[in-house]
Amino acid sequence: MSLLELQDCTMKFGGLTAVSGLSVSIGKSDLIGMIGPNGAGKTTAFNMITGVYCPTSGQVTFNGSNLTGKKPYDIVATGIARTFQNIRLFTSLTVFENVQVSFNKSLNHGLSHSVLQLKKFREEEDSVRRTIVDLLKIFKLDGVKDELATSLPYGDQRRVEIVRALATKPKLLLLDEPAAGMNPTEKVELMKLIKEVKERFDIAILLIEHDMKVVMGICERIFVLDYGIKIAEGTPSEIQCNPKVIEAYLGEQVET
Amino acid sequence: MMNASGKKWAFIAAIVLSFVLAQFQGEINPYFLQIIIYVGINTILASSLNLINGFTGQFSLGHAGFMSLGAYTASMITITFQATPGATSSYVMFPVALLVGGIVAAVAGVLVGIPSLRLKGDYLAITTLGLGEIIRVIIQNLDFVGGARGLVGIPKLSDFFWVFSVVAIVIFMISNMIHSTYGKGFLAVRDDEVAAQAMGINTTKYKVIAFVIGAFFAGVAGGLYAHFVSYITPSQFGFIKSIEIVVMVIVGGMGNTVGVILAAIVLTILPEALRGVAEYRMVLYSLMLVVIMISRPQGLFGTGFKRFFKKQAA
Repeated sequence: MSLLELQDCTMKFGGLTAVSGLSVSIGKSDLIGMIGPNGAGKTTAFNMITGVYCPTSGQVTFNGSNLTGKKPYDIVATGIARTFQNIRLFTSLTVFENVQVSFNKSLNHGLSHSVLQLKKFREEEDSVRRTIVDLLKIFKLDGVKDELATSLPYGDQRRVEIVRALATKPKLLLLDEPAAGMNPTEKVELMKLIKEVKERFDIAILLIEHDMKVVMGICERIFVLDYGIKIAEGTPSEIQCNPKVIEAYLGEQVET
Repeated sequence: MMNASGKKWAFIAAIVLSFVLAQFQGEINPYFLQIIIYVGINTILASSLNLINGFTGQFSLGHAGFMSLGAYTASMITITFQATPGATSSYVMFPVALLVGGIVAAVAGVLVGIPSLRLKGDYLAITTLGLGEIIRVIIQNLDFVGGARGLVGIPKLSDFFWVFSVVAIVIFMISNMIHSTYGKGFLAVRDDEVAAQAMGINTTKYKVIAFVIGAFFAGVAGGLYAHFVSYITPSQFGFIKSIEIVVMVIVGGMGNTVGVILAAIVLTILPEALRGVAEYRMVLYSLMLVVIMISRPQGLFGTGFKRFFKKQAA
């Protein structure tokens, strides 16, 4: 059974159809890439899944429950986490605190416990702190945990965003252009990291990426969007020689 | 940063100290005592507004409105039940009256907060300003609380002990809150609402909670104020008062508890300390604000103000 299912999803902004009739299905341990030229509707598709936009028509099903029309914070609770194309770390918080924010949704004690520092609060707060430190260790970020997150190098900021998303304990992780702005060495590291995350946390990953080396290197399956329509789907090698995809990226072949 | 048990002891020590010091309040010059009490009340107001403006990033200009609700509610209770200063019964009645005043303000906070917190930045500021004025005008037209003439004969129950106990409670609670995981949620809402939602935070709920807690303490501060001056009019709680509190938060540094407390102390004492230069007093006071804002736009201690403007510009 598939984990995430998009059925005929359409997103219109006034007269503009950003995504049209998109149907996608993702299994529970897939690593899938979504590619397409600029403005093809990839991020819009992400925003439909995460509830930032409500699809004009169609339905999003995750883990058997209907997500259409739910708020972003409710969707996170069902097990979908994301990163952003333009990094959106909390600017005034440290690396540690950035990750700590993700634990808000799973706290068992009420705000009054925190305010009065009751026993339940102290116990849970301690366990949250330990979990965060463990998580940061996995990503080798424990050395900078008290630095302001936005003061880190770009590649590290991306990693903090991934840790922060993982801290919500997702079943599906959406990565929006994780390799954007990275140098070749960082990209190689990122590919390793994504594979490792998938194995260690046993989750499905859907990523948007422009860097073909990254996409072709790690994704098991790829689908291609162009002008809001899914034009191809298949393994990396299938996609590479799909004439429609080549057309979308390079333009039509001219008769000579 | 103090650890949890350290904070708890500091809190208990502060309560005990305010009780001990309250025994000597008859000894000092009533003029100085008045300034000290105002310092305490302004500290409560500024710290509670800091929770809304500084930590949660929702620019509210309606704090005086909540203060007036607390002031009038608490006063009506003590007047109706004829609390008298010094009587044992008033030691129970006064805190109850303060609490009810705070709750009424908090309920108003919910009613005002849910619709208006959909707005952001300057829109929210104008809306809260308007709602604060509505509260003032309504009170002005309620005859049973004195209307524009004001409410007289409020028993003088506030003293050093009550005011500074509440100061200790406010600081203790807000600093506990901010240093907890929930607290990081409030800061996340301020920094980036979209990202906060994507991390599972119900941003509207967090904003309303901050608004309600802030309004509650403003109400309590109002009650303390009314029972100190024993005569209140709606005009005392106009938007000038709201702005006075906002200035304390901004000068202290948005989102910085220590800075805001210091600003509340300095900005309460300053106009009094400048009485020596008579007519130039307010000119100097304003000039000082201008100089502080030019040299430290982020406030004396904070880093929040710059960020507020950056967010507006973005």
